[in-house]
This record gives sequence, structure tokens and C-alpha cells, in this order.
Amino acid sequence: MFMKTDNVVNLENDKIISPLKTLIEPEKSQKVVLVGNPNVGKSCFFNFMSGMYVDVSNFPGTTVSITKSHFQGNDVFDTPGIYGVGSFNDEEKVARNIILSADVILNVINALNLDRDLFLTLQLIDMGKKVSVLLNFSDELKKRKIKIDTKKLSDLLGVEVYETTAVDKLGFDKLGEAVNAARIGKQELDLHFLLNQVITKSVSQSDSLLILEGDEAIAQKHNVACGTPDERERIYIGRRNRVNEIVDIVEYEDSKKGELFNHLGRLSLNPITGIPILLVMLVLMYFFIGDLVSQRIVNFTENKIGKDFLEYNVKSFTGHYTPVNVDVTLHDEKNSYISKKTFSFPSGISDNPTLQKEFSELSKQKGARTDFYFQNLFVKLLFGEFGVITMTVTYLLFLLLPLVIAFYFVMALLEDSGYLPRLATMLDRSFNKIGLNGKAVIPIMLGFGCITMANITTRMLGTEREKSIVTAILQFVIPCSAQLAVIAALLSGAGFAPMMLYISVITTVLVVLSTVLNKMLPGESSPLLLDLPMIRFPRISNVFKKTFFRSFGFMKEASVWFFIGALAVGILEISGMLKVWQDVLAPFTTTWLKLPKEAANAFVMGMVRRDFGAAGLFHMNLSIMQKTVSIITITLFVPCIASFVVMLKERGWKEGMMIWFGTWIAAFLVGGIVAQIVI
Amino acid sequence: MPNSTLDKAKRGNPITVVKLPSGNIKSQLIRLGISEGDRLKCVQRLPGGTIVVQKNRQEIAVGFDLAKKIHVIIQ
Repeated sequence: MFMKTDNVVNLENDKIISPLKTLIEPEKSQKVVLVGNPNVGKSCFFNFMSGMYVDVSNFPGTTVSITKSHFQGNDVFDTPGIYGVGSFNDEEKVARNIILSADVILNVINALNLDRDLFLTLQLIDMGKKVSVLLNFSDELKKRKIKIDTKKLSDLLGVEVYETTAVDKLGFDKLGEAVNAARIGKQELDLHFLLNQVITKSVSQSDSLLILEGDEAIAQKHNVACGTPDERERIYIGRRNRVNEIVDIVEYEDSKKGELFNHLGRLSLNPITGIPILLVMLVLMYFFIGDLVSQRIVNFTENKIGKDFLEYNVKSFTGHYTPVNVDVTLHDEKNSYISKKTFSFPSGISDNPTLQKEFSELSKQKGARTDFYFQNLFVKLLFGEFGVITMTVTYLLFLLLPLVIAFYFVMALLEDSGYLPRLATMLDRSFNKIGLNGKAVIPIMLGFGCITMANITTRMLGTEREKSIVTAILQFVIPCSAQLAVIAALLSGAGFAPMMLYISVITTVLVVLSTVLNKMLPGESSPLLLDLPMIRFPRISNVFKKTFFRSFGFMKEASVWFFIGALAVGILEISGMLKVWQDVLAPFTTTWLKLPKEAANAFVMGMVRRDFGAAGLFHMNLSIMQKTVSIITITLFVPCIASFVVMLKERGWKEGMMIWFGTWIAAFLVGGIVAQIVI
Repeated sequence: MPNSTLDKAKRGNPITVVKLPSGNIKSQLIRLGISEGDRLKCVQRLPGGTIVVQKNRQEIAVGFDLAKKIHVIIQ
């Protein structure tokens, strides 16, 4: 709207006709809201308009936040993908509120799915909002030889329709025009009549429509009776019929194309071909996440950057000014123990220059491991073994972050290609047996990366009941990647039988747990009803940006809980509680689990970080069956402190504590039974 | 086959929707493009009974338990 020349003119005239100017051209900023179904490319428009990227989501249920920006003097808002305005789920409620307050709505629709997308368009028009329609994927129309008469569509809707191709930014030059040309569209007479019975001075047309459609929250706001489900259905059916009529008029199809990808989509749905496809995906994922990221990259980032560089420097810096004992242990190239020397600095390292020199030379040798034991409790809490600053920073940035990025990257690839909804569909029946629908595959898959991350993702599930079941499964049986690495290392070389024993015990627990929960928990789970987007090549830039924003979002949301968890464990350690726990568990460990006393240590450490627990077992002389029993116990054992805290936050105190204590019982019960049989 | 339900549909069957289950789920179905009187095609029936229907170019997966509640005519 404000072209450069306009600005110049305005500036020149500013002083002279300033009062007049405000009369002619009020500088009121409008609230522009982008609305559309999932997968219509809404976020591409938003990114262009704002110059900044936001999460583009392909799977219904992943973009929850609203993002705001500025475009040509107006405020622009992005909304989650919705199929209609209402309050069926959290995303819809969020989107509904922002739509109700909008001045102008830019409705993005997918040209290939007119009949689905126009339902929302008509609803927005029925709300009496000023609307412009952006018809996206126009390029696909040409490829598939489909014609849409945009002029006729515009006439029928009563609003402007702009052809666009968001990926190539075609038609984006018209966005400013689209905002300005937005107007109130044509409404069906019957509905118009109905609406006028509700509309008053205080109740707007958009509120009235939602009230008629049975939105209780809006009805309560105005203190009027809310429409019945029957009324909503009548309106919905009327709207649906109008959509079908419009599509019949404006769309012509010349031939059927794009069948190759459709075919691929079908193959990934049918178990006969879909399971092999899934296996190939899993193998590729294993090489990428399991081997490359969690082994090679994390080994480097966690040990070299985190421990040897960051922690070493922070701790020795702190050690200069506070009493500390330092153990330097030397190992040879094969990682076998050579020697150990203890340095004592009762008044800090810098107080004793000769010893400091010897210490720094020794600790810089190859294969040297340095352990700092601070005397001051407060220092210990911040910089000690479980130090809030040292351990947590290393853990978050150099172990968790690479893994979280890798997992979100793979998820983004699967999502952008349209594979994820098909995987959910293929697995739906198996999930039904445990009271879930196919969508539950997403948090469970993420759980193999990080349970904390998965706990947050349970939000996308339809009912509280499903959230509870998945949360319990995650805490009980799903080993996170940090833990998987250690388990794999312990099991490798142990042979076939221990591996089968491990897998079958864990699977049995999964089946028993989920069946019991399915029977016990009241209510019904939501059925699968999933829109399957087209299969397509993932767009790499999209995938990268999505990965970045999700990883950033997760770290932002979860980091604080890792710090709080570390603080709690630090306090337990300093107060001696950790030691008490180990002593309490020790007799239990030796008699019931038939493991050495030190294994109790590993279990308590498992509360801090799950892989700590498993890693502790490395240094013990265990028989193969003892190893198997201990990893079964550790897998079933309580989640790490961060996922415990996040679980409490997501699921509430009562449920969270029940699950947490449940894992104690399950771990020792099942581990013990197996021990009694095989050892 | 008149008086049937969607879970009985086989791959390739053209289908006419007769009656949807009531409640929220009905509104969700209508929004996605499945309403009473609509003509769909069953493009896949997975073992266990998850149904994938197609309407124009759009594919929608319907869980078995929901499919049982959707009354259809299967041609």
C-alpha cells in the first residue's frame, strides 16, 4: 500500500496537512490474521510477510503457538492449521480467539483440496469477517491439468481470490493488495436470517455464528443460550453442500496425474509393503541417530568439549579460589587404568604454585581423567559432580541438544514428506488394542530420543486418557537414546539369548501395562480420523527451519527443569540422602536381584540421568545374565529427574507420582523375578 | 449393499454416506469433507479394519471403531 513514492509525498506534506492527513488516511494499524487448514503453506506466507520464519507444520497437531509480526504497517498473526473455527481442541480455541479479534483475514487454501478447504473459507465469510482468499499450489494445478475458475470462485464467495505458489513466492507481490481488498463475502440467506436473530449491539456477527454453532465459551461470554449440536450440524451440512456446489461450478479436471506419489502413499499404508518401508526407515534412522549422532558426534561433544574442555576449565578455575582435592587418573590408549594421583589444595589451587604446576602438567596428559572434590558445600552444589552449572550445562548442550536436533530433524523429514500420518494410520489397529490411536506413535518414537521431549509431545493426543497411557508407557518401558547406547554396548557380545530375553521381558511389560491401563482408566479413547496429505519430497529448507525452531522451543521450555532437577539431586547428595538411599537399596540388590552391592549405586544414579545408571554397570564384573537383569531393571526404572519434573508439570502431581512409584515397583519386581529364574 | 457400515467396505468400492455418528465427531467429519449423501471411494482397507477413503483428491484415514459407526451404501 505504501509505495516509496507515497512515502516521499507524505513526508513532504507532513507539516502542512498533518491534521487533514489523519482524516483522509487514518494511520490505524489493522490486525491481519492468516488462517487455513493444515498443510496449505500458511507459514510460508507469514514468513514472507514478516521476514522471519516460523514453524511450518505438516502433521495436524504440532504448531500450537501463535506468532505475531508486522507487514506494511499492520500486525500479522499466524495461526495453527484448523479445519474449521470452533473449540474441538486447544489449537482451535487458540485460533478461534485470534480470528474473532481480527480486522482482516487472509485465508490460505490448497487448490488441490478445494472441497475440504472451502468449508473454513465459508465459515469465515459467515462470521462476517473481511476476507481475502489466497489460492495456493496454483503450480500443481497446471501439472495435474486441473483448472479452477478463480473469477467465478471470487464471484460466488463475494471476496477476492489470488492465485499463489508459496514455495516459489509467486503471487506474493499481491499480498499487500489482498490485505487492502479484503471485504465481507456473500452469505447464504437462511443462515443470514438465523444469525440476525442472535446478533445484537453487543454480540457481533462472528460471535453469533459461533454461538449458533454451539460454542459454549462464547455463549457464556454473552450470557446467552448456546446452539444445540443439532443446530450446529444443520449449519455445517448446509455449508458443506454449498462448498460442493461451488467446487462443481469452478473446478474442471482434464486428466488424472500425480499418481506415482499417490501410489507410494498407498504402499506405505498397507502393512505388507508398509512394514518393509518402515524397517528401511528405521535402519536409516539407526545409522543417522544411533550411530552417527548419538555415538560419534555426542562422544566428541560431550567428552571433548563438555567434560575435557568446559567442565575442566570451569572446575579448575573455581578450584583456584576454594579448597579442593583433585584425583588425576591416567589411562593408556586402550582405556585401561595406569595410575592415580591425588592432589590436595586446602586453600585453593593457586595457593600452592609448585603443586599447581605438577597438577596441571599431569592433568593435561593424554588419557588423563580429572575429578574435582570441592570442600565447600555451596561450590559443590554448583560445580561438583552433579553441579548445577557443570554437569547440567554439559548434559544439555553437548549430549541432549545434538540428540534433540537429530530427532526433530528426522521427524521433520518424515512429516514434510507426508509419511508420518500414513505411519500412524498403518499402526492404528495395533495401537487400538492398548487404548490408543495411531497418532500415539509420534510421542513414543520421540521417546527413544528423549523421554522429556516425548512427555511434552503427548499434548497432541486427543484425550486425557490417551495422554496418561502414553506418559506411563514412556516412563516405564521406553529407553531413551542416552540409555539405549549403554544398553546396546552391554548387550553386544552377550549373544542372542540375553538380547531376546531383554526384548521379550520389556515387550511383556509394555503389553501388560498398557492393557491394564486401558481397562482401568475410565472413558474412551478418540478414534483415528486423519487427513492424509500428499506424499512429496521434503523441502530441505523447510525441514532445517522446522528442526531449528522445534529444538529451540524444546530447549527453551525444558532447560529450566534440567537445572531444577540437578539442584534437587545436588541437595540430596550434599545432605547425604543419596548415600542413605544407596544403603537402603543395597541388601535388596544383592539378595533379590542377585547383583553386587555397588549396583545399587547405578540405580540411584539412574534417577539423575538414565545413562549414568547403565554406565555404572560397565565397571562391575557382571556375568552375562547379571548384565541382562540389570539392564532390564534399569530400563523399567524411574525416568531421569528432568523428565520426572516435566511429567509432573504435564500430568499433575497425583498421576506423576503414581507413575514414578509404579516404575520403582515394576523395575524391582520384574528384574527380581527374572533374576530368580535365570541367575 | 445398502444398510452397511464403512468398516465393511473393500478396496475400490464406491461408497455413499448415509448416516454419520452424532456428536463432535460428526462435525469433524463434515469439516474434513465427509457428510451424509457424499460419494466416496474406499482406496484401502488395512488388515484390522482401518479404512482409507478418498474424496476427490483428498485421502482420509478412518479408524475401525469410527468406521463401524458410519452407515453407508456400498456399491
